[in-house]
Amino acid sequence: MATVEALVAGSITADTVIDQAAPSKRWGRLGLLVPAGLLLIVGFVVPLVIMLWYAFTDPSVGFGNFAWYLGDAVQQRILLRTFTTAVNVTVVCLLLGYPYAYAMVAAGPKLRAVLTLLVLVPFWTSLMVRTFAWVILLQDHGPLQSLLATVGLGQIPLIRTNLGVVIGMSQVLLPFFVLPLYAVMTNIDRRLILASSSLGAGPLTSFFRIWLPLSLPGVGAGSLIVFISSLGFYVTPALLGSPGNSLISQQIFTQVNGLLQWGRAGTMGVVLIVITLAILAILALVIGRSTSTIKGVR
Amino acid sequence: MRKPVARMWNGALWLFCALVALWLAAPSLIVIPLSLTDKPSFSFPPTGWSTRWYTNFFQDPSWVGALASSLQVGALVAIVATIAGTAAAAALTRSAFRGQQTVNAILLAPMIAPVIVVAVGLYALFLRANLLGTTLGFVIAHSVLALPFVIIPVTASLNGFDRRLESAAAMCGANRWTTFRQVTLPLVAPGVISGALFAFVTSFDEVVLSLFIQSPYLQTLPVKMYASVTRDTDPTIAAAATLILGLTTVLTLTITLYIARRNRVR
Repeated sequence: MATVEALVAGSITADTVIDQAAPSKRWGRLGLLVPAGLLLIVGFVVPLVIMLWYAFTDPSVGFGNFAWYLGDAVQQRILLRTFTTAVNVTVVCLLLGYPYAYAMVAAGPKLRAVLTLLVLVPFWTSLMVRTFAWVILLQDHGPLQSLLATVGLGQIPLIRTNLGVVIGMSQVLLPFFVLPLYAVMTNIDRRLILASSSLGAGPLTSFFRIWLPLSLPGVGAGSLIVFISSLGFYVTPALLGSPGNSLISQQIFTQVNGLLQWGRAGTMGVVLIVITLAILAILALVIGRSTSTIKGVR
Repeated sequence: MRKPVARMWNGALWLFCALVALWLAAPSLIVIPLSLTDKPSFSFPPTGWSTRWYTNFFQDPSWVGALASSLQVGALVAIVATIAGTAAAAALTRSAFRGQQTVNAILLAPMIAPVIVVAVGLYALFLRANLLGTTLGFVIAHSVLALPFVIIPVTASLNGFDRRLESAAAMCGANRWTTFRQVTLPLVAPGVISGALFAFVTSFDEVVLSLFIQSPYLQTLPVKMYASVTRDTDPTIAAAATLILGLTTVLTLTITLYIARRNRVR
């Protein structure tokens, strides 16, 4: 998961040497892609194609499944709930992650190592272990509920509620927000802050006019990853939520497992992927534009 | 006049960060005390201590079987994904060809695609191919997810080394295989080894795909945990969680220390 950082930073942009070898050698090199390609085809492409196929052919050929999906009020509510949950998780990550990433940049080397380590701990902790831990923490009469009761908030139900899902998911996804943001913040030229304060700007003005705009690409990248991952998250909402407030991923599972409605599951899969791609495309445009204007200002 | 205000802001920032750090790291750690509870419930904090849940874990064939399956699948995934990923990284860094960006994007796509959709599709495919609950099925599914974790570090180390060394070896009369074995491989070894370890950890932790492609005959440890959480309140899960936590921590620390030492030697 640590690779997300690389992924956000534009990832594998190998400074490739133009290959001037003989064509046969070149094909030999492309042959190196065959094992990975086969794996991807069997384990990734074919499954997605099967889902697409089901969406349009099961139980009958046509747009029947999509008509059902768009006409079913329950599905609309679930999609809306999935979106709201993803937005909430992203906002929580933004509120907790931005100051944390800032502190990572501002800290001395030793403290920074500690803060980095703490962000990486969840990375090497299994998703199942962390979700199980949240089942314990959020359970009725569990530690968190007793804590809230001591503070005087009463017995707030946490597990099997959307609140519990948001709490668990934002903890699981926070590192995905902090790491890309940290990567962007370390590259901000801090002399710009010095320059602005020597020109008479107070700390708040410097922050809002220099630091915040320059860190926005990191905020965009982090939010994007968190938001998209939230949309398709399965294990955490399935264990911390309830069937009554299920998200789209749980619905996909139910359609296949309980109802054997492959076509409907395929349709929801298509909806989820189309939405994901659309968000990626929009944010890529926005981030591209904002970085280019910042570079223009520089 | 500004100084005390600034100090207050700083104090607030550090306090806030300490709380966030606690929120990041602490939750997973509670499985450790819970695994040592003496009561057959998830009540936390525990009031008495015992190691009975570890005894239970190692005496129950279904838990031990799940651990063995996880280790076996993880080791196979480490081999398959490392070979396929290293080859792909070599192809991607050594030659420029049309559509390279597309190939990059496709190789990394499994990291972004909603896993649930892939999982249901895989279930449909494996149902027909009779691969549900087979080691081969698990290895294929996990290797796809592990590929990016191999490709990225190997690409980084391939980009990081001086390719004139290879030409020098060739000029000294080494053939391609000897050059690869004696020059290229030792130099990219750190990337390959950390890729292999990450691949193992990815497989060892994977739960969503595994839930769909499992069968009662072959369950990995996270799948067994998932089933157990939904069914009963048995702290043996906490013992399993602690074991997973311990193993992945040791492996990740190994990777980190190994890379740190390699860098220092250079």
